[in-house]
Amino acid sequence: MTSNKTTKQPGTTRRGALKTLAAGAAASTLPLWARYAGAQTAEPIRVGFQMHRTGIGAAYGRWYGRTTEAAARLINEAGGINGRPLEIVVEDDGTDPKRGAEVVEKFATQHKCDVGFGTLFSHVVNGSAPRAGELKLPYFIVSEGHQLASGGLNRYTLQPGMTDVKSQVQAMAPFVASNLGKKVTMIFPDYAFGHDHRDYFSEAIEAQGGEVVAKLAIPPTETSFTKYFPKIPRETEVIYHVMVGPAVLTFVKEMGEFFGPSRPELFGFIDSLEAVDITSPGLEFLDGSHFWEGMPRYAQPDQSPYDKFYREQVGVDANGASLNDSRDVSTYAHMFGCWETLYIIKAGMEAANYQGPKDRQALIEAVEAMTDMPHSNEHPQGAKIFNGKTHQGFGPQYISKLEGGMLKVQHTTSIEDTFYPDEVDYTTQSF
Amino acid sequence: MSDRAKTLLLHGGVLVLLFALQFVLPAYHHGNLARIMVLASFAIGYNVMFGYAGLLSLGHALFFAAGMYGLGLAVAHGGADPVSGLLAGIAAALAVSVAVGLLALRTSGVAFMIVTLMFAQVGYLAVLYFGTYTRGDEGIVLQQAQRVLWGIDLTQPGARYFAALLLFAVCLLATLGLVRAPFGKVLIAIRENEERARMLGYDVFRYKLAAVVISGVLSGLAGAVYGLLFGFVGATFASVQYSIFPLLWVLLGGAGTVLGPFVGTLFMFYLIDLSSAVTSAYMLVAGVALVLLTLFAPQGLVGEIRNRIWRWLP
Repeated sequence: MTSNKTTKQPGTTRRGALKTLAAGAAASTLPLWARYAGAQTAEPIRVGFQMHRTGIGAAYGRWYGRTTEAAARLINEAGGINGRPLEIVVEDDGTDPKRGAEVVEKFATQHKCDVGFGTLFSHVVNGSAPRAGELKLPYFIVSEGHQLASGGLNRYTLQPGMTDVKSQVQAMAPFVASNLGKKVTMIFPDYAFGHDHRDYFSEAIEAQGGEVVAKLAIPPTETSFTKYFPKIPRETEVIYHVMVGPAVLTFVKEMGEFFGPSRPELFGFIDSLEAVDITSPGLEFLDGSHFWEGMPRYAQPDQSPYDKFYREQVGVDANGASLNDSRDVSTYAHMFGCWETLYIIKAGMEAANYQGPKDRQALIEAVEAMTDMPHSNEHPQGAKIFNGKTHQGFGPQYISKLEGGMLKVQHTTSIEDTFYPDEVDYTTQSF
Repeated sequence: MSDRAKTLLLHGGVLVLLFALQFVLPAYHHGNLARIMVLASFAIGYNVMFGYAGLLSLGHALFFAAGMYGLGLAVAHGGADPVSGLLAGIAAALAVSVAVGLLALRTSGVAFMIVTLMFAQVGYLAVLYFGTYTRGDEGIVLQQAQRVLWGIDLTQPGARYFAALLLFAVCLLATLGLVRAPFGKVLIAIRENEERARMLGYDVFRYKLAAVVISGVLSGLAGAVYGLLFGFVGATFASVQYSIFPLLWVLLGGAGTVLGPFVGTLFMFYLIDLSSAVTSAYMLVAGVALVLLTLFAPQGLVGEIRNRIWRWLP
């Protein structure tokens, strides 16, 4: 027996080392793939992320991307969807509706995605949604637009993780009328986004006993606003502003120069200042003014554990900027919608026992059947109520005051404040 | 074989090939080609004015959008059926092109470019200004029920492809006939030497006006069909970007060639589609390709083929 000992000594050969390394690598990934071993297929669930990587929505796109990556990573770490890994397939739509439609076609027919997801700008949504419907691709938008809930789109388009502009605007009116004033002058861009604010807020403030004393529509090509300020009636108690785009800094600066220290109350939508440092030079005039926020950019003293968790996972500091670069300010008021929508897609697929494209209708029906979504790590912005008929989610809204270079929450609306009568019932439409 | 026979064979062959491709192309490329044929029809319209009459317009988005909104507003607000919508689109493009032609043709050269650019900007801002009807930047979505033509559902891939092919064939054959007719020869004469054409007794203004109107109507027809086939009528299609695109497509494919607009549109579409999968700077790739083509193939792809191989190409 002893003679056998000398036949071959176990040594370190090149092949052996490679085998060991390969085995080690496989072992180190074991927890990842082993989780999916129980699924009928280990094929990933493919979510086509229609990203505004370039074009006017690029700042939003960048943060929508980071939020989506973080949520997808967590979902995969927790076992994926129905035992299958989640894969995010990214395509840039250039924030352009024509390219958006092409991207949706690419998701459905080339990448073989299970769903499309993540579109913000409403003109891109409108350009893309018809194609999603025709290709029977469930299309989960994160847009704020009211066109879906107004019945303008189709059964394949859903917005469960983001509230729409109509509900946001009408929920502001009670606070504005009670705390800031009842005579309001509105300054808004002269296109659809601004018109939505004009129409919905005018109606809502009148319901509160207030009135809009002037409506100043600013052409989108305007670069100087001085000539508009004399049109603001003297009786104005509150200026409601929703200017968007690079001209917002000029707008604020010129408004400050016009009014000086004695100005009416100011109420604005943070959309104007998403991805913009609120302490930027020229924005001092906004100190003491109020803003709508979809989700508070600054960590509040009563911060929920869900916001804390979400902030950490996405990589956002207490001031709403990137942990890696404090100058890289997030689009915090909107980007939670990607996170929440991705978790809703997961929940819908699990409820429908989604296996592949043949189950797309079952997925839509499963999401339509959803109602209450509690405040949680999956819904860090707040609890949601989903209306399956209108395909629209509803949630709380935040009103913050800018004080000392920080936005401090003054009021949180109830979900019920955001409700309005149904304008469509998509469940009656055939697939 | 005569040049005429070769011409008919080539262009007929392209149409037959496009017809046949619908049966073999994968779904993604099938949809792409339908879109490319509609956009190429827009480029063909542009080519009549730029390639043959030598009028460089920077405002063709106005005509495309006129057709698109003519159809969109008639269908969405007027309850028109697609046929009436298409007629409304053509009528809108006709009216706009006559008006623009009458005014812009009082200028020439750089001034003509600036005037057409300004007209297009007026059109774009008008779309935003009349947001009550146009929904401004958000645009109008045409529902599936509004896109059924003579019982044919244009939201279906096969019907959409066939409709796009029909539009493209009409535009291609119309321009082929146009440039081979005496009218087309006069346009080329005006492009080459306007004074000489005038001296020969041609009413240059009338010919140029006719070129603007034909170009505008073809572009408007393409806009109307785009809205009908893809269900969206939006302000971006009236923006300056869509005035530059047909210029690029025609330059890439070959100005003053009948097939050039299609080849340029096809090339540009896939250049953006493929490069966007690799880099977010895909417009830079498109720009570099354009610079290279301008340097090494200044007549465009089809133009170079005509220069080097098939001199009979129209």
